[in-house]
Parts: sequence; structure tokens; C-alpha cells
Amino acid sequence: MTATADTVARTTPPDPGGRPRGRAVTVRVGPASARFRWRAVVVPLVAAVAVALLGAASLGRGDYPIALGDVLRTLAGAGTEGQAFVVLELRAPRTVVGALVGLALGLAGALFQTFARNPLASPDVLGITQGASVGAVAAIVLGGGTSTGALLGGLGVPLAALLGALLVGALLFVLAWRSGIDGYRLVLIGIALWSVAQALTDWLLTRAEIYDAASAYVWITGSLNARTWDQATPLALSLLVLVPLALAAGRVLGVLQFGDDTARGLGVRLARAQGAVVVVAVLLVATAVAAAGPIAFVALVVPQIAVRLTGGSRPPLLASGLLGAALVVGADLLTRTVLPQALPVGILTAALGAPYLLWLLVRGRRTTA
Amino acid sequence: MTTAATRARTHPHPASAPRPDGPVRLAAEGVRLAYDDRVVVDGLDLRLTDGSFTAIVGPNGCGKSTLLRALGRLLRPQAGQVLLDGRSIARTPTREVARVLGLLPQTPVAPAGLTVADLVARGRHPHQSWLRQWSAEDEAVVTEAMAWTDLGDLADRPVDELSGGQRQRAWISMALAQGTDLLLLDEPTTYLDLSHQIDVLELVSRLHAERGRTVVVVLHDLNLAARYAQRLVAMRDGVLVASGTPHEVLTEQLLADVFDLEARVVPDPVAGTPMVVPVRRLRQA
Repeated sequence: MTATADTVARTTPPDPGGRPRGRAVTVRVGPASARFRWRAVVVPLVAAVAVALLGAASLGRGDYPIALGDVLRTLAGAGTEGQAFVVLELRAPRTVVGALVGLALGLAGALFQTFARNPLASPDVLGITQGASVGAVAAIVLGGGTSTGALLGGLGVPLAALLGALLVGALLFVLAWRSGIDGYRLVLIGIALWSVAQALTDWLLTRAEIYDAASAYVWITGSLNARTWDQATPLALSLLVLVPLALAAGRVLGVLQFGDDTARGLGVRLARAQGAVVVVAVLLVATAVAAAGPIAFVALVVPQIAVRLTGGSRPPLLASGLLGAALVVGADLLTRTVLPQALPVGILTAALGAPYLLWLLVRGRRTTA
Repeated sequence: MTTAATRARTHPHPASAPRPDGPVRLAAEGVRLAYDDRVVVDGLDLRLTDGSFTAIVGPNGCGKSTLLRALGRLLRPQAGQVLLDGRSIARTPTREVARVLGLLPQTPVAPAGLTVADLVARGRHPHQSWLRQWSAEDEAVVTEAMAWTDLGDLADRPVDELSGGQRQRAWISMALAQGTDLLLLDEPTTYLDLSHQIDVLELVSRLHAERGRTVVVVLHDLNLAARYAQRLVAMRDGVLVASGTPHEVLTEQLLADVFDLEARVVPDPVAGTPMVVPVRRLRQA
């Protein structure tokens, strides 16, 4: 059934036109095979090292500086009681939450942007993070007031945020679904949902007591302050499932990029593939914002930085996740050390990420995403 | 590509005569094709035999692209069915279909920054899996497809920076790398100047003659359709009006019936195939 002509191909010389083959590396072990571009391997490796270094610095730096050697001793269980408290109970969960949130947001941004073939299609623009804000702000502002408020307050801010994000995500999915999901339609519906959620958040804030409004505002900016293992552990467990699923979507994403007809022509089950990508991306965002609030700009900017570093036609998933982790951990480290007063990390991710992207855009050759 | 040497190849018919009695590879049986409530084609039958080269022609909006989409299982018939090798294409797993039937949509879009080599490599998708992402066979087939379509020098160029003719060559190369017996092309010459139209049709013609592909192509240009295809299918208002060899189909009467065109049909001085010389448009009530 397969074209007999193609078997002839094996005997032809492998390198027509002296094409440089050195940029990609092919791995074949038994029946398994894969091909990587060098930069797509190097960038995630460098990003992973950066996350490790920034994480180590994040554990050691702060109001009570601890030398790196002592940090490592403490991690091995040999530190003093004071060091153990500061490193393991105060800084470690904060650092872990920061890294995982950055990972999830970077991955989700890469998924959405590739899927919608639109660099603006980040979860911030699609209303999912605003959905989380509505939930969180409602829990903070209404907590104890009305009966719904009491219910939300009883859930606690993270769960209310998770519900808000999932609700908007579900609406986005249901409204955009028409025996498949069109990227353009997804973006437009997302923007509509974004404005509804934004209006609701503003309305809640105008009704809030000043103290509640301030604390709600910090949450909306996205902060890693006072994160404990209560946030870090559930986040880590859900990412243990979601990250492999997201990375698994990479193969089909590369074909979805071509548009519906070509993807179907190449044997992709379109509706199933599109649905899976959107669901995984929504879940990644929801778990991330539930843990740290809607840290701005990571999901939007990191995939665009990653694709400019690796080259290629779409934001690389693993590199986006790891660069996201590096950005959030690095920004949090800066807020706690260099800056005179501790700012919510969300302010710095935007302040760091945006100029870097601008720089890449100005000096880059690429005119589009 | 319009030198005397290549012109010699523009007589594809004597070398590979149509085999109307070969096995039917792709067939439409009483298909009704519609977008939501708007019925475009109703009760159409069509049989495409192994190794044939068919061009579907007809005026704008006659349903020829719709028919091609249905043949490529992009559009599901509301009634009737499309059979691939005697089996309902709708019930065959789409991945299995993708190993037998390749299609090239009208004006396909390549993501920005994608190189020609990567584009052609994506043609291997239906042959790949989680474990087997880039086998030695994938590599050999892709390399050969690029050499065959003369894309070696452009391998590392982004597709969006190519000229229209080069870009279409890259897409055809991807379809070749997909390694399918059947190939459906929807107006592959759209937006190309005449010499690049010839270039693309030469390539498709070679796919048919040298690589044994069964080809179905939707074309606007009747003279080129008559020159390259062995079989023409003429449609109007969703109805199959005529089908047969270019000589059988391209008659002055048919041009009046299908295109509302008064025209002379004379032998193409180069290929001997029928050539349409328009006189004027006939006004019909």
C-alpha cells in the first residue's frame, strides 16, 4: 500500500546540495528515534542551570544571609535549627513555588501561542488569570459578608482563585468549541471573557474595605510572599501530571500550526488534539495562579523570548517552561535583595521580561511571531 | 523550466496512457456536500482509477474544491460516501488514510520561521509516533524528496521568505515525503505567474509519470488542465457535466454549457491537446 517509489530513497545519497546537516542531532536507540536542533537542547540546559543557581541564591539570600555552603549543608540535613527553619520552612517553599509557577506559565503560554498561531494568545489575554483574580478578590472582599462570600472565604483564597480560573477556562473551551477550536475565535472569546472578569474584579474592589482592597491588590499583582509547603506541595503534584502531558502535546502542536486542513491531511484527529491542548494549558494556568496569583507577563513574554533564543517556527515547550522558572525565581530574588522594599514579584517579571523582549525584537530578524 | 529540454517532457500522454480499467482507488458515491444548510453538491458519483491524473475544472463556485475536500475527507458528506480502496474513508482511521492519501490545500500557510527542510520533514508525521520520531527511513525519504523537487539549496531558508513558485515546490515536496499513492491538490497554481504555473504542473506531472502517483488536481486554466491531465472532470452548479479525456471533454458545446463561453477549440501547437480560444461570454438568463 505504501508508495513503492519511496523505498528507492534509501539508496540515494543522503546529502543533496551540500546542505549543512550539523545543526540538528539525531538520536536512534533500537526502535526509538528523535531529532533535536542543537539550540533547542542547549537553551533548556542553560535555563535549567540558571534555575538551579538562582534557586540556590534564593535559598541563601534575604534578611538573614546564609552562605551557599551552609545552605547545601542544611539541605543535606546538617544545618543549625535556625538555618533549617529559614531555609527549609521560609525560603524553600517560596523558591519552589516560584520555579513551578514560572514553569507552568511558560509552558501554558507556549501552548496557547502555538495553538492560536498568535503571540498575543497568552492566558493573561484570554481571561483565565483574570478569572482567578475574580475568585481570589471575591474571597478576600466578600469573605464573611454575604453567604456566597462566606462560602468563598471558607474555601480560602487559593481555592477560590483556582475555581475562578477553571470557570473562565471552561467557558472559554465551551464557547470556542465548534467541532474543534479555531485559534482566532479562541482569542476573541478570551478577550471578551477577560473584560467581563476585569469588570467584576473592579466592581468587587470598589466595594472593598481599604485593608481588604490592599491585600486583594497585592494578590492581583502576583506575589510569592509567605508561600509555604501548603501551596508548594499541591502545585508540585499537579505539575507532575500536567508537565508531561504538555510536553507530549509538542509533537501534535508542530502539525496543528499548519492550519486545520493540512493537519487533518497529515492524519491528526483535529478536534481531539485541539481540545487536549487547550485543557492542559488551562489547567497549567489555573494551578499556577492558584498558588501565586496572576504573575504578569511570564506566559506572554517568556515563550517569545524562548523562540528567539532557540530559533525555529514556534515557542519551544521545555525551554519556555525553564526560562519561565528562571524569570520568576530571579525576579523574586531581586525583590528581596536588591530593591529597598519587598515588592510583589509580578511587578518585576513585567519590568524585566518586557525590555528583554523589546531588545530581542529590535535586534532580531524575525518580523513576526 | 521552459527550455527546449523540458518542453520535450510536456507530452505526458503518449508515454503513460490512461488506464480507465485499473482498480478504483478513490470514489464518491452519491455524495451530498453542504456547508451547514447550503448544499453545494448533491448526488455526485466519481471514480478515480489507479495511476490516473485527473483535473477537475469548472466555473467559480461550481463545487470543485468542495468535491476535492470531500475526497480528501476534510468535508464529511451529508449523504452518500467516499470510498478509499473500497473502504469508507470516514470510517478509516485518519492516520491510516494519511499514509495513502496526501492533500495540498489551496494557499496553505506555513508558520513564520519554519525552514524548508522542517516543512518537508512534517510530511512524515503520519509515519511517526512517540517513540519513533525521526527514523532512518524518515531521513532518507525527506532528503530524497527535497532532492527530487530541487530544493537542496533552499533547505535552511524560511518558507515565508520564498517566492510563490518555490513555496509551492516546498509544499509539493512535503506531500512527496508523506509517501502517499494518492495526491489531491487544490488549485496549486493560484497566484503564480505562467512560468511558475508550468513549473508546478511539470512537477506534479512527474510525480504522476515517474513516481506512479494517482493525482487529482483542481485547476482553473483549461489549457493547462488539458495539457497535463489525462482525464478531465467538468462541473457546473455542483453537477458533474462531463468526464473523459481532454479531447472528449473540451468541446465548444461544453464550454458553452459549463462556462457560458463561446470559444474555439484548436489543437495546442506544442502538445496537441485541445486548446481553448475564447470568443466572447454568452449571456444566459
